This record gives sequence, C-alpha cells and structure tokens, in this order.
Amino acid sequence: MLGLKLFKLRGGVHPEGRKQLAAEHGIRSLPLPAELFIPLQQHIGAPATPVVKVGERVLKGQLLAAAQGAVSAPVHAPTSGTITALGDHVAPHPSGLPVPTITLTSDGAEQWLEAAGCATPLELAAEEIAAQVAAAGIVGLGGATFPAALKLNLSRNSGVQTLILNGGECEPYLTCDDRIMRERAPQIVEGIQLIARAVAADEVLVGIEDNKPQAIAAMQAAAQGSSVQVVVMPSMYPMGSEKQIIQVLTGKEIPAGGRPADIGVLVHNVATAYAVQQAIRYGRPLISRIVTVSGGAIKTACNVEALVGTPVQALIDFADGYAQPTARLVLGGPMMGQQFTHTGVPVVKGTSGVLALTASEIGQAEPSPCIRCTTCVRACPVGLLPLEMAAHIRASDLTGAVALGLKDCIACGSCSYVCPAHIPLVHYFNYAKGDLAAQERAKLKLEATKKLAEDRTARIARIERERAEAAARRKAAREAKERAAKAAAESEGAA
Amino acid sequence: MTPIAHSPHAHAPISISKVMTTVMLALTPATLLGFWLYGWPAINLWVICILAAILGEAFVLRLQQRAIKPALMDGSGILTAWLLALSLPPFSPWWIAVLGSLFAVIIGKQVFGGLGQNVFNPAMAARVMLLISFPLEMTTWVAPALHPGFVESLHLTFGSQSLDGMASASLLGHAKTEFTRGIGLDQSLTGYYAPLDMLWGSRAGSAGETAALLLLAGGVFLIWRRIITWHIPVAMLLGVALPALLFSLIDPNHYAGPLVHLLSGGVILGAFFIATDPVTSPNTALGQFIFGLGCGLLTWIIRTWGGYPEGVAFAVLLMNTATPLIDQYIKPRIYGRDRRGAALPAKKGV
Ligand code: SF4
Ligand code: SF4
Repeated sequence: MLGLKLFKLRGGVHPEGRKQLAAEHGIRSLPLPAELFIPLQQHIGAPATPVVKVGERVLKGQLLAAAQGAVSAPVHAPTSGTITALGDHVAPHPSGLPVPTITLTSDGAEQWLEAAGCATPLELAAEEIAAQVAAAGIVGLGGATFPAALKLNLSRNSGVQTLILNGGECEPYLTCDDRIMRERAPQIVEGIQLIARAVAADEVLVGIEDNKPQAIAAMQAAAQGSSVQVVVMPSMYPMGSEKQIIQVLTGKEIPAGGRPADIGVLVHNVATAYAVQQAIRYGRPLISRIVTVSGGAIKTACNVEALVGTPVQALIDFADGYAQPTARLVLGGPMMGQQFTHTGVPVVKGTSGVLALTASEIGQAEPSPCIRCTTCVRACPVGLLPLEMAAHIRASDLTGAVALGLKDCIACGSCSYVCPAHIPLVHYFNYAKGDLAAQERAKLKLEATKKLAEDRTARIARIERERAEAAARRKAAREAKERAAKAAAESEGAA
Repeated sequence: MTPIAHSPHAHAPISISKVMTTVMLALTPATLLGFWLYGWPAINLWVICILAAILGEAFVLRLQQRAIKPALMDGSGILTAWLLALSLPPFSPWWIAVLGSLFAVIIGKQVFGGLGQNVFNPAMAARVMLLISFPLEMTTWVAPALHPGFVESLHLTFGSQSLDGMASASLLGHAKTEFTRGIGLDQSLTGYYAPLDMLWGSRAGSAGETAALLLLAGGVFLIWRRIITWHIPVAMLLGVALPALLFSLIDPNHYAGPLVHLLSGGVILGAFFIATDPVTSPNTALGQFIFGLGCGLLTWIIRTWGGYPEGVAFAVLLMNTATPLIDQYIKPRIYGRDRRGAALPAKKGV
C-alpha cells in the first residue's frame, strides 16, 4: 500500500475534471423502460446469434443470443417480457446506422430466471471461474468491451505476475467507477479475488487516481487483510489507459504490437470485477451497468444503474432533461467518447457515460496552421510527434506516418486537446488508421483471390494431368490387351 | 444534420492568438522601458514597424486571395514586427522600419506559405537583410536618455536630421573597434561597462538589448505560462557563457567575460524570445537544447572572430537551417520500442 514506487507517465494532460457535477450523486436505478433494444454485438468480436424467436416470453437473465466463434460474448434478457422484434435499430455509434437488435417489451414483473449462484465462490477452480464469466457475457466495462473470459484464459496460459485493476477513470465528467467503488467496494474486492484466482496472479494492484479520496478509502477498507493493494495514482489523463496504467504501476511497457500478457500483466476495470462477482456469487449475467449522465447542458447530473438496452433518452429524462442548449451529445467521456445524434440509441455494455455538452465546454474553434509549438509532442503519452504524423497524413503519405509510429498511437486525443491551432490531430490519426486497415484488408483479399486462382489453376492442371494419365493407362491397357489378343491369335494360328 | 464531430469533445483554453498575446505581454515591460529611455523616436519606430507588418501582410493575403482576417488575427505578424522593432537602433529612420517589417512578413513568412511554413525566423531575417544593406543606419546607436521631444522625434524618424553628436557605439561595437585599434579590453571597457547599468538598460543599444533584466523576467514568465520551455534559452545562455568564461580565463585582456556577453547585445532577447520561435526550432526537448547551444556558441564565435560586433541574428538564422537535420536525427523514444524503433522484448517473470 505505502511504499509502492510509482513510475512516471510520459506526457499527459490535465483536462478540467468537471467530475463534481455528478460525483456526489449516488447510484440510482432507472425506472423500468417499456421497451429495451438489445444489440447483438456489444463487444469486440463476432456478434452473438439469437436463440429466441419473436413472440417468445423470456425471464430476466435468460440467454437471448449465444456467443459465436472464438471471440464473442453472449447477450441476456435485461428484464422479463416478450420478444417483439428481431431486426435493426439505431446503433450507439456515430454513424447512427441500424444494427441487428433484439427488441424486448417488458412485462413489468422483473421475474428472474432461476439462477444457481455459488455461496463459496473463492473455492471454485480457475477454469470454472473463466467459464462462468464467459457464460455471463461479461466484457471489459472500461470501454474496450473485449470479452473478459478470453482475457482470463489467455493470461492463465501465459502466467500473470501482476493483476492490475483499473480504477483510474481519467476521463473528465465520468464518475461511474468512482461511485461503484464508493458504494460496492466489498463486492468489487471479491470480484478481484475471483479474477486473481482465475489467473493465479502473484500480485494484485488497484490503481485509483488521487481525485477520488472516498473511493480510495472505501476500497482500502474492503481490501483490508487481503492480498489486494490499493495504489493511489496522480490524476492525469490518460492514466486509465491500459498501457499507461501498466507503465505507472509497474514501470514496464508492453512491447510494440504486443499484449499485456507478454510482460506478465493483466488489466481489468473495477466495474468488470463487480460484474464478475455478481455472475459467480449470484449467477447473474451482465444485464445492467452504471452510467454517468452529465455535462453542462444536463439539468441534474447523476449516476444511474441502467439496464442494457435502455434508450438513452430515458437517462436524459431521468436527469430532468436539459438546462441549456446542447451543442453535442456524447457517449463515453469527452476525450475518447463518440458523438451521437439519435437519443433512441440504447445503453450497451460499454456505455460509461451520456454527456450533453454546451458549446463553451467543447471549446471547438476553426483549425489554423500548425506553428510547430510542440505542445502536442509534450502531451503525447506514447512519445510520438503528432505534428509530423499529421503533416505526412495531410500529404497522403501513409507510409511516412507509419514510420513515425502511427500504429503506436493510442488515440487518446491528448495532442488534439492541447493544440493551440485546434488541429484535429487524433482525427487525422484515426482516419489514417482506418485507411491502413482498409489497405491491409484489400491486400489480404487480393492475396486470397490470387491464392484461389492459383489453387484453381493447379486443380485444373492436376485434373488434366490425372485425366491424361488415366487415358494413357487405358491406352496402355488396351494396347496390352490387343497385343495379347494378337499374340493369342497368332499362337492359335501357329498352332 | 451537422457532420459528425470527432473526439476529443473538450479543448484546453488556448489558441494561437492567445499564445502570441502572451508573448507580447511578456515583451511589454521591456518595451515600455525602451520607450522611456529613448523617448518618442523609439515609439514611432515601434508603431511604424507594426503598421507596416499589418498592411504588408493584408496586401499579400489579398493578392493570394486568402482570408485576411484569420491570418491577421493570429497576431504572429504583429509579434514579428514587435521583435524587429526591439532589435533596431531606436533612432532609425522610418524607411528602415518599413522595409524591415515588409521583408519580415512578406519574404520571411508569406512567401514560404504563411504561418508555420517559414524556415527562417522572420524578424531575424529582416534584421540581417537590413544590416547587410544599410550597415551605417543599422550601427548608429544613441545613448539613452536623450529624450527628444515629440516634434523633434518626427524629424528624427521621418526627416533627415543627422544624428551627429548623438551617436555612440554599442558596447560590443565599441569593444570591437577599440580592439582593432590595439586597445585591450581592460582599457576599452573602463567607464563603459557597468553591469548594473546593463541590467537596467541605461546604455546605448536597441530597445531590446537594453532592458536585460525585464526581458529575463518576461522570459521566465513565458516558461511559467508554458508558452516556451527552458531548453532553448538555458542552452543558448550556456552556449554563450561557457566559451566566454573559458577564453576570458585564458586571456582576460582579449576576451570579454561571460557577464559582458550575456548582458550585452540581444542575447537575452534572443534566448527567450527569438530562438524560441516555435516554427523555426526543433520539435523535441533534446533537439531544442542542441539548437539553443548552437545559437549561443555561434553568437559568441561571430562576436569574437566575425566581422560584425553582434552575432545573435546570424547565429539564429544559421541554426534555423540546422533545424530539419536536428529533427531528422533526434526523435523521442516511442512507448514499447527501443531508441531505434524496434519493439521491446517480451519479458515475463522477474
Ligand atoms: S500542438 Fe498543434 S500547433 Fe503545436 S506543434 Fe502540435 S500540431 Fe502544431
Ligand atoms: S492521440 Fe496518439 S499521437 Fe495524440 S497524444 Fe494520444 S497517442 Fe499521442
């Protein structure tokens, strides 16, 4: 606890926290919405496959769609009711394009599916914990939404020295992790112990930024007497980014292109630990999460426990609507969150915040030319040269940008945040990364097509060769027969 | 529907014009002292420089059919003209100011493509152009506290009133002339060199040279406001002071000591306000340190062995040409990679 040496974060910025808007509002449950819209893909990986039909009655916690393939996560019913549609609904994504979604009309009974649970979870075997985490559809709740069980299995195989629980919550406005740590610390600590057991971790650290003193106190009290160490970290963005929290707590860096497992580290969010505890002790799948509703345009900022599938409008209504004209609606935090325009989008497993921001909070201005002030260089936590990368991308020189480290950019937005010229640097980088991915896909496709064509040519050649060989064999056989017949005739004639 | 906005949805309360305004704020005390010391001619010069820069820039933008307002509003042209005004002899005639300002913003900046594109520091490019073209006007310094009246000052600035009888060499010029006459520093500086005077600016020079202490304060203010970092100024001061110290220890009669060098000429102005021009300096801390060291060292070399008594402008321009090279070789180490850019090895266990 004390005496743990912290390492330095490179760069970083100090955006105005604005957490006081919501921080003192305890978690409250939303009223049950009449209809829930549950997308099949709320995680990184393949979408889940529906196992229910329209018109079917389901219970709270019942499986709606099963995981499909190696990287995927199942989806469960957030309440009891009837499936009223299997179709498309607006997605919580900037494009607002519809995605495959299950519509559930609630019956108001909140009737749970009979769940097994486990009174002595800390005696379960590691494999069993991972299996139950997978079945509960738990994904990384810090925003990455990577299937949690997969991370557990990958890490168990490679060995974990340090398990890090991310309680950084460095994004401004967001207080959902702060609140869950204040209010549900004992459950989180049990969840942490379960994860530690699942991967046989040697050391367990919970990193919390020093701007959350009550969360720190609550977690320290809950961790008393366990092997879980609470570590207070300085408040700085992007402290809660996986690479950065590892660097600050362990001094190690993930090798470029690698994973935390390469250096014996596993990182999970504190809210994920809570979900793990709920799944294993009570058999409850992941069907709700804590969401911060905040921003200068929101009347009464708050933290709510919302069912997955709840339309965002219900959260805004719960916060008494808008107090000021909203310039922009954002899902997630202001640094890395995504704008959305349609308030019918549902809360999903990865939704940490719903923000309604005023124009002055956003502080957007027309970009002007780069003055090479290198503020962006000093802000970058990765050690990149954002101004140079942007110059290459503007000149359509992707190769040059990659040589400067484009692929190492974590898209944290620190550079854009501080740029006095208001150049949308991180937008350039995301755009260029998208282009790169498209290029790579095209290359793979080309190679695949080429391979198919080659295979086909080879197959045709083989068939022809076989045919020719067969013909030759037949001919030889015929000739041999003819020769034999002839010989026989001759011998007969001779006889 | 408005186009999708991209993250981050927050921004630090900063803009180019705020950066430029902060630098101007840092220059204000020293500039006011210059006005007080040299009176109206210095004020005229300052006003003319800035007006010429604004008009010249507007004209060029108009020719290029680019928007005038945003480019003018960023304040970079005004700042360039301001710095130029501080580095000119305060009793210079009006056309020196106009020529210098126009050269700075048009040839020094807009020809390269505008803000952020220029290779050379515009103010220093203009100063060197003037020095080469009009050596007489550019080396006619007056001792401060002559205080010509406003009308007289107009004669000085716009008329052809001769400066005879008022002229006085700057400290470095004086030392250099005397030195070529075979007079050692011990004699030539007697009565000429009083460090305390230099701090307060009561000696001959440009407005930007005289108020070393106020300029230093302005520079520290800029570091505190995070407009500049310490790397370039500290390195430049070291680059001047270290060789000066070494050589003055070896032969104090031939080489001026570090204090003389630091407090005379445009070293303080150069170190904090000119060499730190972001556009023309390297983009990493180490690169900036090397750049500053080079500026200082070259300043000292030019002052000591070159043909001109002052070397800051030349030194900065020379180092400007080295900036791309420095940036090419000095890059920060990227997270998860070694200095050469190879991925760090995966290491499990202890
Ligand atoms: S912060 Fe903006 S203006 Fe400054 S160097 Fe970076 S990109 Fe250029
Ligand atoms: S977005 Fe990329 S380039 Fe910008 S600060 Fe973050 S990691 Fe560095």
